[in-house]
Amino acid sequence: MNKGLSRFNVVSLTLGFAFLYIPIVILVIYSFNASRLVTVWGGWSTQWYVALFNNQQLLDAAWVTARVAFLSATVATVLGTMAAIALVRHGRFRGRTLFSGLVYAPLVMPEVITGLSLLLLFVAMGVARGFWTVTLAHVTFAMCYVAIVVQSRLLSFDRSLEEAAQDLGATPTKTFFVITLPIIAPAVISGWMLAFTLSLDDLVIASFTTGPGATTLPMRIYSSVRLGVTPEINAVCTILIGIVTFVVIVVSIATKRAQDQKDRAERLAEQGGGAFAANAG
Amino acid sequence: MAKRAGDRSWQRAIEIGLPFLWLIVLFLVPFLIVFKISLSTATIAQPPYVPTFDLLADGLSGTLDKIRSFSLENYAFLFDDSLYINSYLSSLRIAAISTALLLLVGYPIAYGMARAPKSIRPMLLMMVILPFWTSFLIRVYAWIGILKPEGLLSGFLIWLGIINEPLVIMNTEKAVFIGIVYSYLPFMVLPLYASLEKLDTTLLEAAADLGCPPIKAFWQITFPLSIPGIVAGCMLCFIPAVGEFVIPDLLGGSDVLMIGRTLWNEFFLNRDWAVSSAVAVLLLLVLIVPIVIYQNFQQRQLEADR
Repeated sequence: MNKGLSRFNVVSLTLGFAFLYIPIVILVIYSFNASRLVTVWGGWSTQWYVALFNNQQLLDAAWVTARVAFLSATVATVLGTMAAIALVRHGRFRGRTLFSGLVYAPLVMPEVITGLSLLLLFVAMGVARGFWTVTLAHVTFAMCYVAIVVQSRLLSFDRSLEEAAQDLGATPTKTFFVITLPIIAPAVISGWMLAFTLSLDDLVIASFTTGPGATTLPMRIYSSVRLGVTPEINAVCTILIGIVTFVVIVVSIATKRAQDQKDRAERLAEQGGGAFAANAG
Repeated sequence: MAKRAGDRSWQRAIEIGLPFLWLIVLFLVPFLIVFKISLSTATIAQPPYVPTFDLLADGLSGTLDKIRSFSLENYAFLFDDSLYINSYLSSLRIAAISTALLLLVGYPIAYGMARAPKSIRPMLLMMVILPFWTSFLIRVYAWIGILKPEGLLSGFLIWLGIINEPLVIMNTEKAVFIGIVYSYLPFMVLPLYASLEKLDTTLLEAAADLGCPPIKAFWQITFPLSIPGIVAGCMLCFIPAVGEFVIPDLLGGSDVLMIGRTLWNEFFLNRDWAVSSAVAVLLLLVLIVPIVIYQNFQQRQLEADR
């Protein structure tokens, strides 16, 4: 078999990635356009970024969104990790089929249905809508994504470490924090990030569940996009893309480095163990 | 020992109970409420439907009377007005065509990734996932500037001399197809890649040694073995695409009917909560078959991985 990529594969990858990235690149370039007309290039300028920082409405919306995303991602990560452990570790329990159904369903449920149903729940309970209802709604769908991410990590790890810890007298709680959590940490972190970006991104569910005074950034972007493409919105989008790209790259490099270190430590331990056995022999 | 066993069952109860309770209260119960309101009658009040229940004030018989006032008139209304039926049908059609296009676009990408040298695969994977992390709304918005008549695509093609007048893509179904394929591509590529990467390449080598041409080997070995990935990818794209709101709303113009958008307008413009609930219940009924297929599939994958 040939080692490199065949011509067909190179072409399909190139076209595929061009399709994925060209629209984003165009959007970023046009956020620096001096012309107000989005399709006419009028030279480089950063005026739209300056205009953003004077747009109080947009800044308020960004602040609401950041708080909702941080809070909901954190709660969703805790609940989602629990759900993953329940699915992978607790075997058959009463209501397991319903439980796994409830975990998988929000992943594919159309957002309009989730949004409408949560709104009707909040109305029925007489809860005032706003910051907290959006946060609750985001926790609900984000925890399912976290559960899926953590679950795949839990499936692939060696249980004997946990059993060894418990045989040596560690309580289940201590075993979880000392053994299990460090091993699944990369998945928990990427679950948190996924939950954070999902919340940052959500328009439909937030529109249904929010109330006065808690307009999120996607809602602001949506209402201005409906009026037409503007360079300011390109600038907001570029900042968001920049933040997300930066965080994703930093975290993935960090987890890769941690993984490499772990691999090296394991190799050393094996070699050390081998040397020890040789000496003993 | 007794303490440890107690500790474990206590921990187990929390790990199952807390997320379970959360999902029941904030995911399952809301659906029951939607179902209940879909049987109610719209009215001008706060909340805008009757009956509303108050077990303490009404007593049991009052509550039963209210339950008797439930009716299917909202559903009858949906079947009377062709707008709703057409929205359902056109959503299913648009989602099906988009899913087929996604498979056509996604398969070669996933295949190329799975055949790439092992050292660059994590980078390719990252490059597929990265756009998924950036906002959905932003990615749809990016296409408006490209597709509109005075936009970049038409300008570029006119500059090249391929066409003489602007393309009409924006505000048609074509724009919706492009938007869905673009936004959902990672959902198609990732499951496909997962199943193609697991594929044992020695099977293909054996086929080649026995004189099987590569195209035939693809259809006889690679394709059948990637069917789990195809099913997962198609379900993951088709189901949410049926209820899609943002893409038809921003790219489709007013002529493209999709049920997610009809529900949104019914709720936010007409403020008819009872009819929007009925629309949601019917949408769920339409999607229940693909959702069950997807669930069973996930369940089996989970059991197989254990």
